[in-house]
Amino acid sequence: MKKFFAQAYLWLLLALLYAPILIIAIFSFTEAKVLGNWTGFSTKLYTSLFQSGAHHSLVSAIENTLIIALISAGVSTLLGSIAAIGIDRLRGHKRAVLNTLNNIPMLNPDIITGISLFLLFVSFGISQGYTTVILAHITFCTPYVVLCVLPRLQQMNPNIFEAALDLGATPFQALRKVLIPEIKPGMISGFILAFTLSIDDFAVTIFTIGTEGLETLSTFIYADARKGGLTPELRPLSTIIFATVLLLLVVINIRAERNRRKEEEETAR
Amino acid sequence: MKDSNYIIEFNHISKSFGEKCVLDDVSLFVKKGEFVTILGPSGCGKTTLLRILAGFGTVDKGEIRIAGEDITDVPPHERPVNTVFQRYALFPHLNVYDNIAFGLKLKKVQADEIETRVRKALKMVGMTDYEWRDVNSLSGGQQQRVAIARAIINRPQVLLLDEPLAALDLKMRKDMQMELKDMHKTLGITFVYVTHDQEEALTLSDTIVVMSEGKVQQIGTPTDIYNEPVNAFVADFIGESNILNGTMIRDKVVKFIGLEFECVDEGFGENMPVDVVIRPEDVYIMAHTDSGQFEGVVQSCIFKGVHYEMTVITTEGYEIMIQDYNAFEVGQSVSMIIKPSDIHVMRKERMCNQFEGTMVDATHVEILGTSFVCNEMADIAGGEKVLVEVDFDKIELMDNKEDGTLVGDVRFILYKGDHYHLTVRTENNDNVYVDTHDVWDDRDIVGIRIQPDDLRIARV
Amino acid sequence: MKWLSKMFMKRSSWSFPYFLFLLLFVVLPLVLIGIYAFQDDAGKFTFANFSKFISNPEAANTFVYSIGIAIITTILCIVLGYPAAYILSNRSLCRSRVMVVLFILPMWINILVRTLATVALFDFMHLPLGEGALIFGMVYNFLPFMIYPIYNTMSKMDHSYIEAAQDLGANPLTVFTKVVLPLSMPGVMSGVMMVFMPTISTFAIAELLTMNNIKLFGTTIQENINNGMWNYGAALSLIMLVIIFATDLFSDNEEEMASNEGGII
Repeated sequence: MKKFFAQAYLWLLLALLYAPILIIAIFSFTEAKVLGNWTGFSTKLYTSLFQSGAHHSLVSAIENTLIIALISAGVSTLLGSIAAIGIDRLRGHKRAVLNTLNNIPMLNPDIITGISLFLLFVSFGISQGYTTVILAHITFCTPYVVLCVLPRLQQMNPNIFEAALDLGATPFQALRKVLIPEIKPGMISGFILAFTLSIDDFAVTIFTIGTEGLETLSTFIYADARKGGLTPELRPLSTIIFATVLLLLVVINIRAERNRRKEEEETAR
Repeated sequence: MKDSNYIIEFNHISKSFGEKCVLDDVSLFVKKGEFVTILGPSGCGKTTLLRILAGFGTVDKGEIRIAGEDITDVPPHERPVNTVFQRYALFPHLNVYDNIAFGLKLKKVQADEIETRVRKALKMVGMTDYEWRDVNSLSGGQQQRVAIARAIINRPQVLLLDEPLAALDLKMRKDMQMELKDMHKTLGITFVYVTHDQEEALTLSDTIVVMSEGKVQQIGTPTDIYNEPVNAFVADFIGESNILNGTMIRDKVVKFIGLEFECVDEGFGENMPVDVVIRPEDVYIMAHTDSGQFEGVVQSCIFKGVHYEMTVITTEGYEIMIQDYNAFEVGQSVSMIIKPSDIHVMRKERMCNQFEGTMVDATHVEILGTSFVCNEMADIAGGEKVLVEVDFDKIELMDNKEDGTLVGDVRFILYKGDHYHLTVRTENNDNVYVDTHDVWDDRDIVGIRIQPDDLRIARV
Repeated sequence: MKWLSKMFMKRSSWSFPYFLFLLLFVVLPLVLIGIYAFQDDAGKFTFANFSKFISNPEAANTFVYSIGIAIITTILCIVLGYPAAYILSNRSLCRSRVMVVLFILPMWINILVRTLATVALFDFMHLPLGEGALIFGMVYNFLPFMIYPIYNTMSKMDHSYIEAAQDLGANPLTVFTKVVLPLSMPGVMSGVMMVFMPTISTFAIAELLTMNNIKLFGTTIQENINNGMWNYGAALSLIMLVIIFATDLFSDNEEEMASNEGGII
């Protein structure tokens, strides 16, 4: 009985959480301009979404978003992984300082991160565009990469890097042949995380994107929504984003679950 | 190149981590082909010493030579040594074969030679046919064998082993000890072995180096170290022992547990306070007779597998630990004999606490970084350097650290038959030595107090 | 060259490039907010930006109103989220991990998309946009951020505490109030941090949910920056930073208290 109520509560809450998304998903399969009108099943919105021309700015916004996400996730993963290797070896107050600094971008509200970077760029007279957005995204993505990689390093036998050196590997060889294979799962999770964070971001992007007409998906949706009308093509787009995120999260969770099981097996042994 | 027959030379090595000095002017020389064990409790600096030899740690002072060549600044991958790590440190993403071949592949050795050598190494550690196994699927003992194979395949001049058997169970450990000993014989290379297990050290080594608090305490063969410990620390750490306060009455006569005994030691001077070490198996115990040297009552008796371990309270009130193949009942009166050659007399490291300090004013003296109230010293001016002596039994330890003038933690506990001799480390890393009848545990935090009357102050 | 390879050998120094990066892109920008906040357009030192905030009823009102909305949102999130987190972490009530993923999933969807979805829902159900929609939207947006940390703390909680309490004679209610609740407080606190601050600081959300009728503090800051009033915007940002710092301290203390209580139990 208790379990029934508990389950009912959870499902009710989930229904509430998913109702808006579901409505968008359902109405992405009809042609009506106004949401809520059902004019029969159609996939026209999906096809028109991918036809450049009429919605050229939307397509280029998607392209920009993906390029920015790929570059910033890549750089963040590199920077964050190297940093994590270093932080793992730091002790005492140096480690505490770096941990605190690493936490700041995660604790700061996006608007503060956005405004502070905006002020940085204008103070140094850097014209805003692709580069500034990517730099900003690297700033708030890297801490998450560090948090993904650090646990892998902490679980790792602390001697295996030294073992490689001991067997005649130069530090660079030891990094390539031993350390990176070991932290790879953390790096992949970090990359996926950084990628989603970058795609999702709105608040930091809008302050660093400049006025040269560069648009990402978020700023496009924002501009579009401010005009009052919600472009119908955004409905299939939201549905696609939702499905993609669902897929990514499932992948991450399966990976995590598999790692956990593997570890359990190892400890069982 | 210096001409010498030592393969490893540590010359005056010092190393600190921050405030903490982990190696204090350590010098050590190892002959080619020796099996040397560095033995000591955790935190004594033995692992640091090994890591410095392997190249993973730097030294603050001193130099290290291997085969006469100064390698102090040579990075680890260029040193002619290989290490077997405590928790094996096998590369989890490589299989057994690739783990063992790792070093040879880096040296760009021909593939077919690698294969022959890997097979030979696997045969040597008794792991033939395990080449393609995932290292994570191996047992602790098997991983250990792979780790050894991975190190020796590179034909190092020196093999370093950092507590390699610590993670194995007792039975496995005994087997591996024998195999290591055989391997040492077959390979003919120098082994430097680090452990905190004194039994392992005694079993395996040609030479044992006992370390404590960053200093070498004693270097010698296992028999030397066991039979002739140089100080109370070594005596306590190696094997079981009764360590007692005694007085050297004259040559060959020593007084302890309230009685005079004949011994073989000479040259201490007359009426000299000394430490006396008696191994528990060296006390002969028998049912009460008139022919014993001293009498006592059995306090406890525990079966230890091969022998019984008993504590006996002597008529004079001292507690002695005895091991014998015969059991005596608790409460039984017994007689005991100790042969002169089984009495080991050691010079005392110190007779009382000595602190260098400064006179603050007529009634305050600063020692151990804290100001203590003392009796009025009219003739010593403030600011003058003084030497302060305090007897071991005059230092009071308090349960609550707030009750003491200064705070310390208990580091080393020695039972001396009727009292405990403690080493208490203060927050400034000074040692205070205390005799007490109270029972304290290792690492207990205590408050330290000294009465004004007990401070003996003298000008330097 | 030698010192370079030595640096490379010492792995702790690998964190150095990132340290420089953090100084340049995290610390320096925050310092710049501080500098701009105390400057006028000409770059002279002034308190004018702050006196403007205090004397200007509109900005101050928005500020107070935002805090009110944030408090309501936070409380609603705790009320709705705590039972959910409790059920999710309780093995006998909910066995599947999929449930947890379903609750976390909305965290990963663009906040604008989520907001627009809420607007769509209100349109669809012919409900008016306004304060109600604003609070619903905020709760809908931030509820997962409350559930997740509480769930995390609860599922990491050592079950033996509960068994120990039962063993010492506590009934289910006492177990909950004396053990589970105090031990889950750190999770609640980080949940509060993750809901309260974003609610105050978000912009765009409120505009969309109320057809531009209600403004929150975040919107005010954004508008000022957009309109070129950087110094005033920086001052408002600094005020927000001070609040964050205060909540942070407050939650830290709470956390310590919670862990102390845990220690006593």
